[in-house]
Amino acid sequence: MFSNLMAWIEQRLPLMDAMNKHAAQYPAPKNFNFWYVFGILASVVLVNQLLTGVWLTMNYEPSGDGAFASVEYIMRDVDYGWLLRYMHSTGASAFFVVVYMHMFRGMMYGSYQKPRELLWLFGMLIFLVLMAEAFMGYLLPWGNMSYWGAQVIISIFGAIPVIGDDLTLWIRGDYVISGATLNRFFALHVIALPLVLVVLVFLHILALHEVGSNNPDGTNIKKPKGSVPPEEQSKFTFHEQYTKKYDIVDAIPFHPYYTVKDLVAVVIFLIIFCGVMFFAPEGGGYFIEAPNFEPANGLKTPEHIAPVWYFGPFYTILRIIPDKLLGAVGMFGAIIALFMLPWFDRGTVKSLRYRCTAHTVNLIQFAICFIILGVLGTLPANPLNNMIGTIASFGYFGFFVAIWIYSKNEKTKPVPERVTG
Amino acid sequence: MKKIILAVLAVLPMLAIAAGPSMDLDKANNDLRDKASLKRGFEAYINNCLACHELKYQRYNRTFADLGISDADGLANYMYTGEKVGDHITNTMPAKEAAKWFGSTPPDLTLEARFRSPDYIYTYLRSFYVDESRPFGVNNKVFPDVGMPHVLQNLQGVRTIDEHGNLSEATGGSMTAEEYDEFARDLTNFLEYTGEPNKLERESMGYWVIGFLFILLFFSYLLKKEYWRDVH
Repeated sequence: MFSNLMAWIEQRLPLMDAMNKHAAQYPAPKNFNFWYVFGILASVVLVNQLLTGVWLTMNYEPSGDGAFASVEYIMRDVDYGWLLRYMHSTGASAFFVVVYMHMFRGMMYGSYQKPRELLWLFGMLIFLVLMAEAFMGYLLPWGNMSYWGAQVIISIFGAIPVIGDDLTLWIRGDYVISGATLNRFFALHVIALPLVLVVLVFLHILALHEVGSNNPDGTNIKKPKGSVPPEEQSKFTFHEQYTKKYDIVDAIPFHPYYTVKDLVAVVIFLIIFCGVMFFAPEGGGYFIEAPNFEPANGLKTPEHIAPVWYFGPFYTILRIIPDKLLGAVGMFGAIIALFMLPWFDRGTVKSLRYRCTAHTVNLIQFAICFIILGVLGTLPANPLNNMIGTIASFGYFGFFVAIWIYSKNEKTKPVPERVTG
Repeated sequence: MKKIILAVLAVLPMLAIAAGPSMDLDKANNDLRDKASLKRGFEAYINNCLACHELKYQRYNRTFADLGISDADGLANYMYTGEKVGDHITNTMPAKEAAKWFGSTPPDLTLEARFRSPDYIYTYLRSFYVDESRPFGVNNKVFPDVGMPHVLQNLQGVRTIDEHGNLSEATGGSMTAEEYDEFARDLTNFLEYTGEPNKLERESMGYWVIGFLFILLFFSYLLKKEYWRDVH
């Protein structure tokens, strides 16, 4: 009876086939390490944000008069409202932690290189939409830092010549940030951007499964058909989509092997996540900032306006350039440079394990500069901070220039045919 | 080694955000589990603060329930102006007029402990001093040019400031210095409670959830081990 029903469905919509193709018979390299868990963690956080968001929306009031009080209503009067709200606010910061780690993984092992350029571009689009989503969500509690943070970020668009002022007016829907801005940000935050985000995540995964997963050695686990003797091939069953054209080596089915392995990673992540959420939900004033416990007040600026920590690196680049327009160009340039990474890197060896020493040094200096820029973004501007910020910005952009230069005739180590464990 | 360096680099940003701003404040050392202290703080708030400062996000009956006061006792002892027990803790001071009287409307204090900090409130309550240049004849060390009078002066007494910024008692109040510190601590405690009434519940739930996750971690690790025996 049940199997008849399944067969009936399968003939009309091959669900089981899709499950096999993308999970139970998807060939994943067997040598994934610590750095490969952040994609799954990002999905877990995305689901957390979507679900808690739905329930928060049920009790939130998107209006200038009611927003702040409705958040306190959620915190006090709604059963477990405080839990939903903290899951959502901690999730926002956690999202950026795991996404930054995920991106750095891609940079270390060359996961953006041919043939994975489109996969990288989808990922970067996700990052961009995520920043917009986080920015708009941050206005919704209608605290004073929400208000002034949004004021600063929106004013960046005012630096664009000719259309700048009209553009900021169009974004705000008012001459200042007001209830009108809050309402449109609410609409974008709860439906428009999440929809785009989910579609992009879907495309990101489809693009991944089309070209196959990279691995820490940067080797290809799909060999030309007939080139590998059967005893050397992976002994597991993979979907004919993959075996039709290739002999598969060093691979295991994603499910159950990586589902059970990722489960361990998810539980460890949840322990850290819950540690923050239950015992320090303000994240030391960086996940929920103290000035945000005062309602939005257009007449009273917080002592020190800082964007949320995850915008820090880009905000610092904006701030150290004295000219507002050039600052905005620098900030967007920093993101565009990341988009273009597959074309800055002219090398063919993927993993840093087999690339030149200069590449490892370059990656490490990039990571350090990114962290320094992030820390500076949360600190007040002063001459010393600006000088450090300028040096770190040169390091950030220098990464792309350097990789373009040394990747042309790079002295690489021999890449093994098979993964090294 | 390289792996370790890279892993450390990746984790660094999380540590970097752990440091916050600091101010020279006295430690409140209040205890949210001390219900007697919370009750004294609640009573002190109703009698000394509520006329000007609302707690408009906090309800009376919620406060009664959390502090172990029955609704009937609460109605009789803590509610003077005919509200219902489910009402928010508000006053009837007209905001516009108040702004004229004090220079600005006295702020709502429900979230003051989260906006400033419990230590700030404790220090603030103990930092008033005589300053004849101010409209009410007092100023505050941690809130320069504060708009409010020292409403607790009859309890604490009058204090003056010397050129080094140290405060000393000029005339005593109805309380000793120790009694007044205790009084300020109770008020601070109560305001930390109103800032987040669920704080104790949140923390106790946290132990259970994380405890459960550690058990789940143990079993999911065994599951992983078992499955991965096939992988060579």
